[in-house]
Amino acid sequence: MTLGTRGRAALLLALGAGLFVLGLTIGSTGWSPLTSADEGLRQILWDIRAPRSLGAWLAGALLALAGAIGQGLFRNPLADPYLLGSSAGASLGLAVMLFFLGVSPASTVLALRVGMTGSAFIGSVAAVLLTLVLARGVEQTLRLLLAGVIVGVVLGSGTALLTLINLDVMRTMQSFMLGSTGFLGWNSVLVLLASLALAGPVALGCSRSLDALSLGEATARSLGVRLALLRLLLVAAMSLSTAAAVAQCGLIAFVGLVAPHLVRSWGNVTHGALLLLAPLTGGALLLAADVAARWLIAPQELPVGIITALLGGSYLLWLMHRRHASLGAKR
Amino acid sequence: MKLHTLLAAPLLALAALAQAAPITLKDDRGASITLPRVPQRIVSLLPSLTETVCELGDCAKLVGVDRFSNFPERAQKLPKLGGLEDTAVEALVALKPDVVLLGVSARIIDRLESLGLKVIALEPKRMNDVERVIGKLGEVLARPDEARRLWNRIDGHISQSAATLPPAARGLTVYYEVDSAPYAAGAASFMGEILTRLGAKNIVPPELGPFPKLNPEFVVRADPQIIMVGQRSAPSLPQRPGWTGLRAVKNQRLCVWVPAESDVLVRPGPRMSEAAALMARCLRQAAAGPVPLPTEAFTAPPGGMR
Repeated sequence: MTLGTRGRAALLLALGAGLFVLGLTIGSTGWSPLTSADEGLRQILWDIRAPRSLGAWLAGALLALAGAIGQGLFRNPLADPYLLGSSAGASLGLAVMLFFLGVSPASTVLALRVGMTGSAFIGSVAAVLLTLVLARGVEQTLRLLLAGVIVGVVLGSGTALLTLINLDVMRTMQSFMLGSTGFLGWNSVLVLLASLALAGPVALGCSRSLDALSLGEATARSLGVRLALLRLLLVAAMSLSTAAAVAQCGLIAFVGLVAPHLVRSWGNVTHGALLLLAPLTGGALLLAADVAARWLIAPQELPVGIITALLGGSYLLWLMHRRHASLGAKR
Repeated sequence: MKLHTLLAAPLLALAALAQAAPITLKDDRGASITLPRVPQRIVSLLPSLTETVCELGDCAKLVGVDRFSNFPERAQKLPKLGGLEDTAVEALVALKPDVVLLGVSARIIDRLESLGLKVIALEPKRMNDVERVIGKLGEVLARPDEARRLWNRIDGHISQSAATLPPAARGLTVYYEVDSAPYAAGAASFMGEILTRLGAKNIVPPELGPFPKLNPEFVVRADPQIIMVGQRSAPSLPQRPGWTGLRAVKNQRLCVWVPAESDVLVRPGPRMSEAAALMARCLRQAAAGPVPLPTEAFTAPPGGMR
């Protein structure tokens, strides 16, 4: 009497749609329904709340996809989208851009042209490439993981240094690191959608190989999986999804880690189902957090990353305890 | 000649006595500090305190400042001792200051006190804090009259800026952005207090606190007539979703502060009267027509402002 993957996907989509409607009705004054025919409100609805809600869902979906890929590829339940240095790279990219803003007229023009999202995206992708170089390719998973950690730490210290030198950028950096969905417009939605359209099919296409990989590298190889190609494709999909989400919304905590765990907690799933359901879950999660972020202390806003961390963290804790208890009972 | 020396000697002695009398005061931590005499070597780690010391006429007693203290010019030539978070302790101690002036949040306070230095933490946040801080520094420097006069001058200049505004420049709604997150300067901040005295209506009410992080939609709904913003975040402002339709953006009522102006505007200190004059200029221009954008490109020292 369990729901099939399709049933779950339909439910999650419906949840997302419901949250989207909620997102349209909640703004800076808290609850404000859409029935009013006021011209100003219509603009707020379609230029601000609609892209913001849609963008939050897409960003959550991308992060969850990246997390699900990471956990499958590295066969590690703690893997998250930021594993290969994406977040540290994005922060450093942004910090460098803000640092050069105003150093000289030429650098200001350049910095403004690259922009905040551009610099974060470039930084994120560059960090993953650096990780790949340091790990000498994708041959060894462990080496890749270690390189990712090292890149994260080293780039993170660079960001801290730049922020400390130029305290003006501190507040901007901080709101980036806590994540923010406030400025998502239709352009951001298009970028996020394009990334999902690219990375999603790639990941789904690799899902059977990931299933094989979960039995161990040797088994997977004996089953005819081309491991190097698989890793390359998945690392690319993972870093593209993460970079797109992070560039638009900042470093949103926990969505990428929690969403796949949530999906698994509903029952055993193949990677095909996981890679489909995790993004739907992550999208709903981040959209819910976004709605809460603008609702709770309206018209002020909480950083959305704080809410995702609270929600995700407590749910994961509960999940862990529940599992633990049932395991104990069996013994 | 002889008569002069005869007369001057007791006066000098009196002055020396006054200088030698210990000064006791409570700082903003609530700590009570006793200085054996009027300090002759002062370190200031907060730009607003640096400016206040100089305005009170004791610029020459400053021996070191933080990296953000860039006014008046003399402060630029003094040894830079880092910021409140990363103060260069060794360099500071080597300057042998009689007193160190800094903000309440400075991490260095305990360290400096354990090294036997006199530390006075003062935190000017609101307008009345500035008055209080100027008074305290007047006590420290034994210049109470100058302190009173300085505050009266600042207060008078602000009133004057307000009084000279044409009627059309009053009652305009203003959004003052301190950072692109977006953080606003609400009516409860000292910028907001100046705006209120100039007769402007801040779209961010005092209940939201001094510098709230707003839902961008709030600004769109409030549709301010004027936006005041630093040159750093000005270029991206009209690109935010839905912001092109704002009255301030459409009618070009954007007052963009160049870095030197931002310096003045963010410091709750003696140059608050200049800040009021800048905001008054903005209101006057906005009431008359489109506000001209700064002509020079944005350049800020990488050391940051404040």
